[in-house]
Amino acid sequence: MPYPDDRKYTKDHEWVRLSGDLAEVGITDYAQQQLGDVVYMELPAVGSRVIAGQSFGSIESVKAVSELFAPVGGEVVEVNGAVKDHPETINKDPHSLWIIKVRVSDPGETAALLDGSQYQGLLG
Amino acid sequence: MTEPVTTELRKTPLNARHRASKARMVPFAGWEMPIEYAGITSEHMAVRTRAGVFDVSHMGEIEIAGKDAVAAVQRIACSDPSQLKVGQAQYSGLLTPEGTFLDDMIVYRMAPTHFLLVVNAGNIAKNYAWINQQVTTAGDAAAIDSSSRYALIAIQGPASREVLQPLTGVELTDIAPFWFSHGEVASARATIARTGYTGEDGYEIFVPPNMADRVWQAILESGRSADAVPAGLGARDTLRLEASMRLHGADIDESTTVLEAGLGWMIGWTNETFIGRDRLRAQKESGVSRRLVGFEMIDRGIARHGHRVVQGDTPVGVVTSGTQTPYLGKAIGMAYVPVAQSSRGTEIDIDIRGRVAKARVVPMPFYKRG
Repeated sequence: MPYPDDRKYTKDHEWVRLSGDLAEVGITDYAQQQLGDVVYMELPAVGSRVIAGQSFGSIESVKAVSELFAPVGGEVVEVNGAVKDHPETINKDPHSLWIIKVRVSDPGETAALLDGSQYQGLLG
Repeated sequence: MTEPVTTELRKTPLNARHRASKARMVPFAGWEMPIEYAGITSEHMAVRTRAGVFDVSHMGEIEIAGKDAVAAVQRIACSDPSQLKVGQAQYSGLLTPEGTFLDDMIVYRMAPTHFLLVVNAGNIAKNYAWINQQVTTAGDAAAIDSSSRYALIAIQGPASREVLQPLTGVELTDIAPFWFSHGEVASARATIARTGYTGEDGYEIFVPPNMADRVWQAILESGRSADAVPAGLGARDTLRLEASMRLHGADIDESTTVLEAGLGWMIGWTNETFIGRDRLRAQKESGVSRRLVGFEMIDRGIARHGHRVVQGDTPVGVVTSGTQTPYLGKAIGMAYVPVAQSSRGTEIDIDIRGRVAKARVVPMPFYKRG
């Protein structure tokens, strides 16, 4: 699966797509492959704040638990209830399904993140 | 001779086959093993509804033979292997004098004075050293570690028999659960046992290592119309947990007794000589203070191995296994809890990475085939 350039990527395998000061955050195809069948997500409440580079929740597959790291900081304005209730869907469509939406405090934060080809390069 | 010190992972005879099948390979108990092929959930469901084929060649085989082999096995196995007929097997424990688990195992009676013990991969060397020590005191008997002489392939699931039967002249319907028979599978010399670790009907097939690939391929080919799939250790773990089979190193170990683990049924009290008997007898009289129970999560979340069972801020127990189960579709697990919290329906609190979540004690097994 290609890593589209309409968004940025973290070394921890999240993606972030910015439009204005709203950022959609999800996990990459590589992340879902590594996790295997996703069965559960623990996500922040709407209104809570996330900090770039810090954990905002966890994602669990049958075999493992991983932390979710925020690519950008800001206020959580929406949590994807459909994904939370049907976490297995993230395995099929990781790049279309955002997990949380964040109103970012500093859109400049994304400049430090990877673009699609840099991220692909990281995976080798 | 001393074993060279090496960190290199051991490989089963099917390693190249797994790689060619794009399995995800992981280190497990010193072996490089397939954890999943197409995905744990789909492999788990295949075993519950059709059939799955597992490479479990990492498991250890220790054989005990000699004129006094019965006395030797009676000493190290907490069941009563003297009651086994030739061709019959039983679940058993290799215990410390304290009645705790060095390992769990299946004991197969190959001949009147010849037993085969199938033990966990990570415990082979430890078990073998212990068994050797004990066997010398039992008279004329010897133990050998014959693990490298066997590859072990399991086919598990309701379609197992129809998949395997065309490959063997052994009449599979004649093999009752926990019995075994010798013959050929795909023209390879094989011992076919009706045993497993999934809660489904199925067979475990011992073959010479150089025949493993041939047998593996033949089973998958024969299983094509039944949609049998290769299954990895990930599904093996979720399947055994749904069936509430204990995992050594997680649910049972050298700190837990047979009775605390709820496995009293495996004890052969008619066996007067097994190591650990006195302590278990005493514990049976006095009663246990903690017990391994099954639980289902009430709150959202998945409790995992090592999470604490708490009462307020005080840890009172520990989760030994836990997962979201593919077939039952719930988060379940096993935990040691104080006896006062062990009865069915009791609500317990589990600390999941700093968040306390409620669970309910439920009877085991979680899953029993219909």
